[in-house]
Amino acid sequence: MTALGMPVVPPRGSGNLRGVKKFPDAARQELSNPQLRRNIGKATHTIRAKRLNVTGELPDWEQLRDAGAAIKADVLNRLPELLIRLEEAVTARGGVVHWAADAAEANAIVTELIRRTGSDEVLKVKSMATQEIGLNEHLEAQGIAAYETDLAELIVQLGHDKPSHILVPAIHRNRAEIREIFLREMPGVDPELDDNPRHLAAAARKFLRHKFMTVPVAVSGANFGIAETGTLAVVESEGNGRMCLTLPQTLITVMGIEKLLPTFRDLEVFLQLLPRSSTGERMNPYTSMWTGVTPGDGPQEFHLVLLDNGRTAALADEIGREALHCIRCSACLNVCPVYERTGGHAYGSTYPGPIGAVLSPQLAGMDQPDDPNSSLPFASSLCGACYDACPVKIDIPSLLVELRHQKVEHARFGPEAAAMKAASLAMSSSRRWTAAQKAAGLGRVLAGKKGKITSLPGPLAGWTDARDMPAPPKRTFRQWWASDEGRAALAEAREEGQQR
Amino acid sequence: MSSRDAILGRIRSAQTLAPPVPVEVSRDYRLGRTLPDAERRELLVDRLVDYKAHVHTSTSEDLPVVLARILTDRGVRRVGIPEGLEPSWSAQFGGAVVVDSTDRPAADLGELDGVVTASAVTCAETGTIFLDGSPGQGRRALTLVPDLHVCVVAMSDVEVGVPETLARLVPDRPITMISGPSATSDIELERVEGVHGPRTLEVVIVG
Repeated sequence: MTALGMPVVPPRGSGNLRGVKKFPDAARQELSNPQLRRNIGKATHTIRAKRLNVTGELPDWEQLRDAGAAIKADVLNRLPELLIRLEEAVTARGGVVHWAADAAEANAIVTELIRRTGSDEVLKVKSMATQEIGLNEHLEAQGIAAYETDLAELIVQLGHDKPSHILVPAIHRNRAEIREIFLREMPGVDPELDDNPRHLAAAARKFLRHKFMTVPVAVSGANFGIAETGTLAVVESEGNGRMCLTLPQTLITVMGIEKLLPTFRDLEVFLQLLPRSSTGERMNPYTSMWTGVTPGDGPQEFHLVLLDNGRTAALADEIGREALHCIRCSACLNVCPVYERTGGHAYGSTYPGPIGAVLSPQLAGMDQPDDPNSSLPFASSLCGACYDACPVKIDIPSLLVELRHQKVEHARFGPEAAAMKAASLAMSSSRRWTAAQKAAGLGRVLAGKKGKITSLPGPLAGWTDARDMPAPPKRTFRQWWASDEGRAALAEAREEGQQR
Repeated sequence: MSSRDAILGRIRSAQTLAPPVPVEVSRDYRLGRTLPDAERRELLVDRLVDYKAHVHTSTSEDLPVVLARILTDRGVRRVGIPEGLEPSWSAQFGGAVVVDSTDRPAADLGELDGVVTASAVTCAETGTIFLDGSPGQGRRALTLVPDLHVCVVAMSDVEVGVPETLARLVPDRPITMISGPSATSDIELERVEGVHGPRTLEVVIVG
């Protein structure tokens, strides 16, 4: 609220929520990588099939989706009271709750907490929130080494790379590349290591085992935070999460404020929705839940960092706030025909794919006409597969259309607006329309032999940045109507009509 | 202004700009399901085998013998047990039995060849075993660090679906849900069992 009591839109978030290039430019680069397209294509199709199997076997899948969507909407409706309740419950159980308005503040809080442990190393559980705020980069600048413990995150980290998928971050790498990365970057690796996935996983196990036993502090994200009880939950497969959540003396959890669930009971919905949508398993191998500190078991010091970083700005948009229902399952990525071809890097943000295309502009904004995020709402064919796959029924296509509308509203004088204005002028008079159609014949020159226009000149370039345009026809309909051929066809049709 | 007040203020601003629309949460998904013992057991075994866990069934009288045989077959020489484990369970085992305590460094647990514990409750439909740190289950590190976890599941603690299972938990206990051994599919989506957690999960269903 301002001093006058007028509500203002909360500030946008910062961190890894924006690429350096617009989506079409970034995608063009990614599309020229056949290895990436093969890997992502195979991965998305495999997970897609598994997901359909395990969601199909539940007769109440749609009822679970409805309940999930309603619970998440209810969370956003009651966000202040639920956050305060969570804070009270965590505090009552010996945890400490911190509030971070943006990425910089979250990074500063976590850094300070690690410093207090006296350690210059920290273990990491795979977490979207810490990716989003760029925690690892920040810690490195502060002289603290953060070790990613999820196998894929470790591959990405050692490869000085960025994740390309929410669930399988190293999906763009094949076994030979991973072997190369391990041989080059992993301390104490066996130089005889081959590219068998089993052996590669064993190498990671050996490398991290020692870290698990010796590093006194870990940072995690959270899949769910239960307001009623103060319980936090982390869902995983490898056991690295359990290691980080159990063995260090100090645990720091960074959680987006939208990850709340009102009651412990609500887990009965989400522990069915999430694993089946995410990995296509009936249940993921390991889930850990903890409430504050348990004497004699696990970390004896627990800190929870509640992160805003643009979430409240998204909340201020009655349509866009639906993106905050997301439980980061990645089902929408795996069914998206655009993502399947470009992979995650093209989106430039921590959150790729269909959900990223709505979440990144919501969290970080897209107000400047040259903002790469303003191209994300257009990175979709609006086919609707993501909506069908989403376990909490986020209507991503509608959100994309709304964001496109907002983008055009912002860019009132952009090339699209100019093109639409010109079209409306031409279409409002038959004389102008005929002239315009004649002029369009020039397009055939641009199209050349391939019959497609791949780049329009000048202000029209915006249209062909992301799509090819078919060459205009040889003749307009009106020219055909007035030709001998047209007249003959009409006479024939007339006769046919009379004979009936 | 503290960030806490700032964030709560921002939420209130956002809710003024885009007022909440009340929602009704309908819970018309399946709740309160029950199945006879034989069907619950069959469902659970099917799911556990699907996860590459090794499954055994036993009567409560035979349990000590069954546990000893599993440990011996796995070549276990030193087995770890939580302090509150039913004493008879480890009585038939010929090797060393190490009773865990909270002052033992977690790194030492790696020297155990395996561990035997009870469990809190189990979901048949998903093949998920829940541990909650009660006596007989021990602290979380005990079932995490050793390579072999032999877990005893009583049929009276097996529920059909996720809602029925969660309803039996005490929320503020440290809870670990286990569905098979640890696994990853991070390299070319090829599943590899045994990453950081136990490589082998042996489940003994009793009753």
